[in-house]
Amino acid sequence: MSHGPSPRLPEPDRPWLMRTYAGHSDARRSNELYRRNLEKGQTGLSVAFDLPTQTGYDPDHELARGEVGKVGVSIAHLGEMRTLLDGIPLDRMNTSMTINATAAWLLALYAVAAEEQGVPEDKLQGTTQNDILKEYLSRGTYAFPPGPSMRLIADTIAYTVTHIPKWNPINICSYHLQEAGATPVQEIAYAMSNAIAVLDAVQERLGDQAEELIGPVFGRISFFVNAGVRFVEEHAKLRAMAQLWDELGRDRYGVSEDRHRRFRYGVQVNSLGLTESQPENNVHRIALEALAVTLGRSARARAIQLPAWNEALGLPRPWDQQWSLRLQQILAYETDLLEYADIFDGSRVMEGLVAELVEGAREEMARVAELGGAIEAVDYMKGALVTSHRERLRRIETNEQTVVGINRFTASEPSPLRAGADGGILVVDPEVEAECRAAVEKWREERDQGKAKEALEELARVARDEQQNIMPATIAAARAGVTTGEWAQTLREVFGEYRAPTGVGEAAALPAEGLADLHEEVERVSEALGRRLKLLVGKPGLDGHSNGAEQIAVRARDAGMDVVYEGIRLTPSQIATSAAQEGVHVVGLSILSGSHRELIPSVLEALREAGAGDVPVVVGGIIPDADVTWLKEAGIAAVYTPKDWDLNRMIRDIVALVAEHNGLSAAMSA
Amino acid sequence: MSGRAALDGAALGARLRERDTAVAAAVLNLVESRAPDARTQCEELLKAVSPAALGAEAPAHIVGVTGPPGVGKSSLLSQLVAGWRKLERSVAVLTVDPTSRRSGGALLGDRARIDVDPRDRQVFVRSTAAGNRLGGLAAPTRAAASALAVAFDVVVIETVGVGQSETEVADVADTVAVVVQPASGDVLQFLKAGIMEVPDVLVVAKADLGRPAQRAVIDLRAALKALGAMSTAVVAVSSVAPPTGIDELIEALDAHRASLDLEARRLRARRMHALADFAAEYGDAGLRALGGQRAAERFLAEQDPGHDVATLEHVLEQRADSGDSPSSGH
Repeated sequence: MSHGPSPRLPEPDRPWLMRTYAGHSDARRSNELYRRNLEKGQTGLSVAFDLPTQTGYDPDHELARGEVGKVGVSIAHLGEMRTLLDGIPLDRMNTSMTINATAAWLLALYAVAAEEQGVPEDKLQGTTQNDILKEYLSRGTYAFPPGPSMRLIADTIAYTVTHIPKWNPINICSYHLQEAGATPVQEIAYAMSNAIAVLDAVQERLGDQAEELIGPVFGRISFFVNAGVRFVEEHAKLRAMAQLWDELGRDRYGVSEDRHRRFRYGVQVNSLGLTESQPENNVHRIALEALAVTLGRSARARAIQLPAWNEALGLPRPWDQQWSLRLQQILAYETDLLEYADIFDGSRVMEGLVAELVEGAREEMARVAELGGAIEAVDYMKGALVTSHRERLRRIETNEQTVVGINRFTASEPSPLRAGADGGILVVDPEVEAECRAAVEKWREERDQGKAKEALEELARVARDEQQNIMPATIAAARAGVTTGEWAQTLREVFGEYRAPTGVGEAAALPAEGLADLHEEVERVSEALGRRLKLLVGKPGLDGHSNGAEQIAVRARDAGMDVVYEGIRLTPSQIATSAAQEGVHVVGLSILSGSHRELIPSVLEALREAGAGDVPVVVGGIIPDADVTWLKEAGIAAVYTPKDWDLNRMIRDIVALVAEHNGLSAAMSA
Repeated sequence: MSGRAALDGAALGARLRERDTAVAAAVLNLVESRAPDARTQCEELLKAVSPAALGAEAPAHIVGVTGPPGVGKSSLLSQLVAGWRKLERSVAVLTVDPTSRRSGGALLGDRARIDVDPRDRQVFVRSTAAGNRLGGLAAPTRAAASALAVAFDVVVIETVGVGQSETEVADVADTVAVVVQPASGDVLQFLKAGIMEVPDVLVVAKADLGRPAQRAVIDLRAALKALGAMSTAVVAVSSVAPPTGIDELIEALDAHRASLDLEARRLRARRMHALADFAAEYGDAGLRALGGQRAAERFLAEQDPGHDVATLEHVLEQRADSGDSPSSGH
């Protein structure tokens, strides 16, 4: 009997890049964290920026209130980038920056800080996320309209391909699509459609050089994907993406070299499926999800960052992140995973799954193309995602889909993991915001004003001229001491501002079980009130994670309410004015960024000023237990956290609250 | 503004007459209410803001803005409101949302939000579900428009649609502006085919697109000329930075209002309002008892011009009851 080729590789593969998505408070504290993480065996950096930095506001801007240093580090100027990277060898480091609307700016700060360390541009390795489409669809940290945003992306790609050739200028993100409820087919199709939109824009930008440079450009485009707990299908999804990407390069863009068509991706595994109740179970989920992106050699991740067990509770502490890093290290260094050729090679099950996904994705890509491409189809895709997410929630609510600890096996011993004084999460020092505010004011005072002004004028001039690349003027502005907020404001003035579609109007009504009773209650209370029960769903602050707010809005509508939902990023006074003018009976606020302690009292105060102080307010979001009592004492009628997954119950509570508030309780029980 | 006080129509009317814009939300809560005593209070309110009570027509310019979904009405309105505020005019915007589901609920404000300074108390924005009237004006919107016209300088009614909605808005508004998407020929075809009444102002959106917008302006002007509708202004606007055409649009709206026989238009509006309320209350059977829509309109045209909406509605009810309408017995 003859033996086939050896199942073992002659040499085990090198492990993927191991990162932890990290950063909080200010540059100094985050730098300390990065150094400790690197000592623990982390091999790359993944920088989390706070929301003001991501959306282009300085720490002293009105919209930044409560958000500074919360979900990431605040970087307002070159000095802070210097501090952030102090002592980290940038010629050897591979740094991923989760930054989108302001990607060109943060890349410029990074390049100048590296230059000051004596590291030239062509030595730099890393990734700027720089994917605006998924910001419109899911994540919400956009700043400019689609046209100028695509130009900024094309500019950074055109610049890096010649100046910073080892940089991945964009990560096409399907990660956030899954977080917004995408099915595997949707995740593949929308990511590929997005890549097409980007590549078409770059091709145009490159002009005469397009033919020569499209290969290297194609080769520098990487993906940022998600992996859920259905890890077999999830692995098939990645193989399907590799196949489609290869085809796209060859057929649409004529990329001839194989190495340029290789599907390269980084991954952060699923957060959507992590639960607040029995949070220790999340460790198992994360481990299985990590298998989805490592098992098969031909579609293995280049870089991995794993969430921590307590993501649904709040911000992870350094120890929580270390626990996640150890999981990667065990997988890479203790198991035999890296010793073999592709273990699914020749598997009929895997081939069948991949074929199914490829076919489905092709159909969905054709639909997007018919609508004029990914940018034109934002409304369609957003509506489709909201609908898929609702279907997912419905399946969990009706027990069609099991989530351990949520709808099955719910009895639990108390968790010792949450017993500590900190409740098992990281709490950002409330002094950070004031410190950052003072620091940026000082920076502005001490810099050469003439130079900064000149740099901003040049930036505005370049922005107005579509023929020019934004990068050189941006790098000059970084050197001149311009701040993040000034850079973005200059571009806002030229490009205008933008509000993305909410998708809730496009979401088709699903026949949700158990709505008949709820509907009846809404009708009864509405009749007693004299007009239809009206709810305002508001998202104060810069947090763009709107999935929860959207699901509440759609479900309340399906239950028969009139729902006012105006999208993300509203100031407390905008929300309060809408509540008063729209004559709503109840207000629901959603905050996931941890800034509820600052923002909720501001909304309550604004409601009083607008003459709507008697309207009851409920809050939903990632709210630690300790803050729930605090919010109730501040005047919030009810607080919902990720453990409250039953939407119908929440809606029922809200109806009862309105009834009680208007003295209608008796009518309800009649 | 809660409880009984908010349901006192006469008191709300008095405050509107003092041009107190702060009661706008309470006015809307009242006109939207179907509580047993709300209808009476709403009649009181309309009486308190009628020309008889004011001694003149309400001073506001009531502007209808309508057009297909996605044409950019909300961004246009954001710019228009800013333009009017620069002229120190107070503005109330009533948006009528077409989404109506079998659940009865609606999602409001989902379309790109009309962006205004939240601290500016001289701007009021309220969205209302169209309810069961597909694409049509909800009865409360008519009442709200005539009431708020007493306190605000400008009252905007925003509706969605092409071909029908502008007819309904024309029954309420002094000036109707239809917003047109450059590359879409719908409005052009509707105008030529006579499906759509000629609006007072045609707005070509997305002028930043350049040639398609210029083309649309030329085509629309030619079509209007062929129809002999020379007085309809055609204005191209862009709401993306830097906005253009907004001042011209405000001028065109003002010019239409200045050329208008306001008393005749408002009188017709009150009569159509009464008829719409009557139809909402008594349905097709009620209309048949009046001899049909056209007969009812002719009958209303003979009534005292001084009647307020409530009185006109009572007159219609009496006529329907008495059975002496021209077609009764058919």
